[in-house]
Amino acid sequence: MSRVRVLVGTRKGAFVLNSDGKRERWEVSGPLFAGWETYHMKGSPANPNRLYASQTSGWFGQIIQRSDDGGKTWTQPGTPPGEPTTTPEGMPKGESNKFVYDSSAETGKPLMTHQFYDGTQRPWEFKRVWHLEPSLTDPDTVYAGVEDAALFRSTDGGKNWKELSGLRGHGTGPRWQPGAGGMCLHTILLDPKNSGRMFVAISAAGAFRSDDAGKTWRTITKGLYSQYIPEPTAEVGHCVHRIAMHPSRPDVLFMQKHWDVMRSDNGGELWKEISGNLPTDFGFVIDVHAHEPETIYVVPIKSDGEHYPPEGKLRVYRSKTGGNEWEALTKGLPQHDCYVNVLRDAMAVDSLDKCGVYFGTTGGQVYCSADAGDNWAPIVRDLPAVLSVEVQTLP
Amino acid sequence: MIRVVLPPHLRGLAHLAGDVELDVKGPVTQRSVLDALEARYPMLRGTIRDHITQQRRPFLRFFACGEDLSHEMPDAPLPEAVVSGAEPLLIIGAIAGG
Repeated sequence: MSRVRVLVGTRKGAFVLNSDGKRERWEVSGPLFAGWETYHMKGSPANPNRLYASQTSGWFGQIIQRSDDGGKTWTQPGTPPGEPTTTPEGMPKGESNKFVYDSSAETGKPLMTHQFYDGTQRPWEFKRVWHLEPSLTDPDTVYAGVEDAALFRSTDGGKNWKELSGLRGHGTGPRWQPGAGGMCLHTILLDPKNSGRMFVAISAAGAFRSDDAGKTWRTITKGLYSQYIPEPTAEVGHCVHRIAMHPSRPDVLFMQKHWDVMRSDNGGELWKEISGNLPTDFGFVIDVHAHEPETIYVVPIKSDGEHYPPEGKLRVYRSKTGGNEWEALTKGLPQHDCYVNVLRDAMAVDSLDKCGVYFGTTGGQVYCSADAGDNWAPIVRDLPAVLSVEVQTLP
Repeated sequence: MIRVVLPPHLRGLAHLAGDVELDVKGPVTQRSVLDALEARYPMLRGTIRDHITQQRRPFLRFFACGEDLSHEMPDAPLPEAVVSGAEPLLIIGAIAGG
């Protein structure tokens, strides 16, 4: 029977939740990296035992961790090419923690500043890795979305990282600015049908697409309207919270923006609003059913400022029509006095016959629905605040 | 031997149960102690000072003999009691929360 492995990043470490295909009984292991923020943890589609994790701290900086046995053991995969992977004492080296912005002459125009909250220009300064996206085909290739916003790639299993500097250097960088959570590159989507195409999203810059494997980039923001920026239809400045794609239709993208739920049917060339009857179109997560490309999920959140569910009712909203018509999914979710948030990387779906949907909250709950959202149950209730949720469907 | 006390997060990262004792060649300074520390525990590179600029991370401070050495020059000699091993160099994370 198939099984699932849920990877949960929290403010104080990471947890791995395992279940068989019924998804009723769960085995919880962790905390891994106890006391450290784990912004994201994700497995390689090409080798499910290869996991990557972003362990980070405002005090001590960024650590990349890697597991080659499905999360049982972890190491830092660092070292420069040609050097031993460990010190004479057997310790792993620290190169994997090094994220250095590319300012070399051969890759074009070094981009040194971006816009700060107050409109002044600030130097780019690396803070942390928000999102790790393993290649669809090569377990040793993995992309990292970082704050201050940039995209890095490792092709040696996370040992060394190189910036794909065409993104920052494509021209609009000085107009990017941080959202409330920082200026983070939080979404990386790899096109399964076109190896050269990838999408990224940045708060608060917008969305970008590359058609040459990350060398050059273009903005894909036409159709977005953000009333909270000086020019609501500007090319950049939109606070995109999350983009999702179904692998069978990589040209169809769904976006949860700071306000508005959006859809594009042409790889981001044009977006249209699909918020429809949502109680609020603010939120962070958005995801797509594993087998029904027109079935999408969001968790509406009250804003500005509050960032908790409207009326204290935690409701996932599902649209089976690709947007506009939404139904509230409430069975098993708290329907009073609930004031948690669901952050942008904290929803995932499995690919079992009955699609499982998962999300984590800032209150430390991780919920699972084993029937595409009709019924929900908590897997765990009392973890630290959940930053990210990923799920692997295993044989 | 130079004694260094690390904050718990970094002890965990370096798989250490207690304090560190380091053999430091040449003048004993913040820089030479951190160089020796990172050479022995490379996973700590970037966690105490920046990979490139070598500047102390802002939420960390250095103390020894009851004095705050955080803003001393990296190549300034450390106190004799640290050099002799009588006192440790303390690397302390800024207090936050609670």
